[in-house]
Amino acid sequence: MGGMADKLCQLKDAVAELIRDGDSVVLGACLEPNIPFAVTYELIRQAKRGLNMIAPISDASTDMLIGAGCATAVTGAWVGNVSGGLGHNYRRAAETAQPHAVRINDFSNFSLGMALMAGAYGMPFAPVRSLLGSDILKSNPAFKVIDNPMSAVREPIVLVPPLKPDVAVLAVPRADAEGNAHVWGSTGLAQEAALAARRVIVLADEIVAPEIIASDPSRVLFPGFVVSAVVDAHAGCHPSPMAGRWKRDTAFLDDYHEQSRTPDGFRAWLGEWVLSVPDHAAYCRKLGDRLEALRIRGAALAAPANYASA
Amino acid sequence: MSFSTQELMIVAAAREIRDRELVFVGMRLPIMAFGVARLSHAPRAVGLFECGVVRYAPADGTLHTMADPPNQLGAAWTTGTVQVMGLMQGGRVDAGFIGGAEIDRYGNLNTSYIGGIERPKVKLPGSGGAADIAAMAKRLLVIMNHEKHRFVERVGFVTSPGWLAGGEARRRAGLAQGGPAAVITDRAVLRPHGPDHELHLASVHPGQTIDGVRAATGWDLKCLPGAGETPAPGERELAALHTIDKDGFWR
Repeated sequence: MGGMADKLCQLKDAVAELIRDGDSVVLGACLEPNIPFAVTYELIRQAKRGLNMIAPISDASTDMLIGAGCATAVTGAWVGNVSGGLGHNYRRAAETAQPHAVRINDFSNFSLGMALMAGAYGMPFAPVRSLLGSDILKSNPAFKVIDNPMSAVREPIVLVPPLKPDVAVLAVPRADAEGNAHVWGSTGLAQEAALAARRVIVLADEIVAPEIIASDPSRVLFPGFVVSAVVDAHAGCHPSPMAGRWKRDTAFLDDYHEQSRTPDGFRAWLGEWVLSVPDHAAYCRKLGDRLEALRIRGAALAAPANYASA
Repeated sequence: MSFSTQELMIVAAAREIRDRELVFVGMRLPIMAFGVARLSHAPRAVGLFECGVVRYAPADGTLHTMADPPNQLGAAWTTGTVQVMGLMQGGRVDAGFIGGAEIDRYGNLNTSYIGGIERPKVKLPGSGGAADIAAMAKRLLVIMNHEKHRFVERVGFVTSPGWLAGGEARRRAGLAQGGPAAVITDRAVLRPHGPDHELHLASVHPGQTIDGVRAATGWDLKCLPGAGETPAPGERELAALHTIDKDGFWR
């Protein structure tokens, strides 16, 4: 995994070597789609501990990691189950410290995006007009309110501290072996997360030749030189959706929501879908026809863009 | 023509959207309201989604989340969260829809903690983009079910600021614009009134009574002068709704 030419690696190795106990971790930053659940599951199998999840949304991924004992802090805007509602593991951890307590650093989606942007571009802080009047300023003392020094009249503004995650794991529809990644559709905070993180793991739905990525540089969300490892993980975002590739498996997430209502139900779910499944390939085999039914088969292709120079 | 309570809520929400406005659209009822507005009185309204989707026409197909593939297909712009919320910070967004677990007399919303921060009785999912929309959209539109334990005197935690303590409190906090303009529930429509901005009953839905709405409200709800019945959906509005709601999910 060391050299520039040698970033392709197995999911197990990427998680073992690049995500360490106590790290701050972004697992998907597009809000609802492109969430690298395959890495969520592998973190649980490898029993990582003390993770601080930096997440605008990340659907049920954060709830799973809290329930499995991997995540003990959340730096984010929202934890739950997007179609189901509340996150039961998150509730148990926050309300009764079961199976352990969770430290919550409250953000909103916009302030989290601005924090990652500040981290990415070396800004000492990001000034925003959001959060004024919100008790998030009280529950998270990392924000500072000052009077706008550029204004002639008194004008409070909020300073958002920069965030530099230890690791960002981003699921993309296609990337080359160096991690140059094409992403289309809405991208949430993924670009800011990729540029702010100390290490980036790309989970590619498809590995393609460098010429394919280079044929359309405007579609590159982040360049390969910020990427530490590239994992070939077809459907690594299941059950979240990915534009042009996968529909959302809402029934799967609803089933998780029901089963995770009780600690026993959650453990049973974890046993069935994570702990008794050795790896991502076995997970896909277990999904079988269900996964095939989620595959987007239609074509709605963009018009080609001409980059000719003469 | 007959209609369900949810259809009435959708149409009441649609009426809050004016033509050519940029509107932050949430899921479920607001997304339907945006579609109805586009097909009836606001054909040039633009919908924004915090995941980074901007749309002219509403999506064709069922959405479980705002970033599902049908919402990407045919979008006006697919970009990032900072871009669409930055537009709102820049003052370009006219209105935004949010919901909440709790709302109070001044339209402040809680989606974070019930019963204290340290050991909450209920840990709710958190802000998402709601706090940003409440702070920075020019008008805040709230949609939620009307129950006494949700409509409280004072929320225990202000995730999304409304008029705060009323009067000039919101402006004093540094929020130069915005504030709740309407709260659309399954029983009524509430609006802020007077310099204090306290939420008042603006209209009750057909089949509801003023006393019934007051009984479902955790503060002494006053009526706006001339408060009457929420106008039933018109033919054009219902036709628009039926066009979008092909499967009759909201009927």
